[in-house]
Amino acid sequence: MTESKSKPAVDRSKMSWEEIRAQFPVLHQNVGAHPLAYLDNAASSQMPQSAIDRLMAYQTGEHSNVHRGVHMLSQRATDAFDAAREKVRRFINAGESDECIFTRGATESINLVAYAWGRKFVGEGDEIIVSAMEHHANIVPWQILCQEKGARLRVLPMTDQGVLIVDALDKLLNERTKLLAVTHVSNALGTINPIAEIIEKAHKNNTLVMVDGCQATPHMKVDVQALDADFYAFSGHKMCGPTGVGVLYGKRALLERMNPFLAGGDMIRSVSFEKSTYAPIPHKFEAGTPAILAVVGLGAAIDYLESIGIERIAAREHELLEYATAKFAELDGVRILGTAAHKAAVISFEVEGVHPHDIGTILDTEGVAIRAGHHCAQPVMTRLGVPATARASFSFYNNRQDIDALISALATVKEIFH
Amino acid sequence: MADLRSLYQEVILDHNKNPRNFGELEGASHHAHGDNPLCGDSYDISVLLGEDGTIEDIRFSGSGCAISKSAASMMTHRVKGKKAEYAEVLVDEFRQMLVGELDPEAEDNELGHLKVFLGVAGRPERIKCAVLPWHTLRAALRGKEVVSTEGDADPLAES
Repeated sequence: MTESKSKPAVDRSKMSWEEIRAQFPVLHQNVGAHPLAYLDNAASSQMPQSAIDRLMAYQTGEHSNVHRGVHMLSQRATDAFDAAREKVRRFINAGESDECIFTRGATESINLVAYAWGRKFVGEGDEIIVSAMEHHANIVPWQILCQEKGARLRVLPMTDQGVLIVDALDKLLNERTKLLAVTHVSNALGTINPIAEIIEKAHKNNTLVMVDGCQATPHMKVDVQALDADFYAFSGHKMCGPTGVGVLYGKRALLERMNPFLAGGDMIRSVSFEKSTYAPIPHKFEAGTPAILAVVGLGAAIDYLESIGIERIAAREHELLEYATAKFAELDGVRILGTAAHKAAVISFEVEGVHPHDIGTILDTEGVAIRAGHHCAQPVMTRLGVPATARASFSFYNNRQDIDALISALATVKEIFH
Repeated sequence: MADLRSLYQEVILDHNKNPRNFGELEGASHHAHGDNPLCGDSYDISVLLGEDGTIEDIRFSGSGCAISKSAASMMTHRVKGKKAEYAEVLVDEFRQMLVGELDPEAEDNELGHLKVFLGVAGRPERIKCAVLPWHTLRAALRGKEVVSTEGDADPLAES
């Protein structure tokens, strides 16, 4: 029995958004006297009932360790695990499922590349470029690598609107540039970067590109082959899956030439006290027992997103962004940071004279959950000259009432502070 | 709204808008920098401690949310002219009030007006904001230059 055949696919492409919203149990609760308006999706998204059910079914009927048992349960677990890898492959259109490595999350995916590729191929005097709008997870691993190897970290700048100055690459790229690390969509500003164009420029210079796709995979169609990405990282919990699982996509030829990452069970072919040889990809990078449950849950989340349709999701979220942006424009003393023409459904903002944490607390008392802080992107805050921002981020299961609740709670902020 | 008013009382909002003892202190004898890396709140506290242990002058600078800024402002106002030992007592009582170990209405204490911060006790995620300036003051009085609300320097732990 294979997991993918065990359930008929449900078609949600015609379901109304309110029917879809109803499938997320966590959304249907009150915060004090107010219905929850969950607008912190860029930090972590919610899980639909079908994915929750899948976790329960796996744990109650299929769980065992993978890839080593000779018994029925182990075969079921292995089937479920392998089926999820194939779902991931299809979801991002990787050439083969072996190029999709399961990690604990996008942060581990990026660290894996910095460790297993970087420590082998980056040397003294080499250069690595990161963009000005990276999450800390796509800066610090490269910074540490550069410190260790005597390499240089350079920064691709952005405009005041939060748009990368792609032309600056013409000057930044040179024969020492080994890697360019760039986010597909900015978590702090919502900017959608022209990744294909950036990759093309880098490749003309024989520079590899590591894409942080955390904020892209839940919200738009991603095709790693069309982008020609060398490495592409994302997390399960930001796309309606569980925490504790992420993916690293890498081109086969690159992954095969890399060092192992963590060493231990499953990643070896043979071990003696004199010498060990390593398993082929993806197992070379998956030492130890993986987060099998979370991987299966990620597979179910992908099924769910695909049953609605990624293009339909993107259109819905764009509509919510436009509605919210128009509502924000009517507010005095509220400024949106990040005004790129191509934006995901993220609004980072400040209210004149009010610290983002106070905004967050006041909104919470009206049931509105947002993020306040530097969003693990301190260089973005420094670049824009603010200590922190408040951030509302939308998912397809949000609705106009959620946004209205946000706008109304912002009025309370002003009432209290002015 | 009632809940919010207990958190953001007028006196807190007033100190946020018009912080007392704000700025640099020339000739300070003690100084410490305190920050909360997760939210970016960051304050410097400078103290002029007399030979008899009296806080002759105190000033703070830096930035952060309304809770942390008003806590710093009210703290400086309160400890100025008092003995360092007395400030230490306040640091402890303030912390105990926020973590629910001291009921300022029912038990003996020196907190006085500082009780307006009792509303913060119901919001665990904001306790660090209110405690940060106090923690920094204690560090300054004890000759510790840098403190943080993270890692070993947990403001909620006894130090």
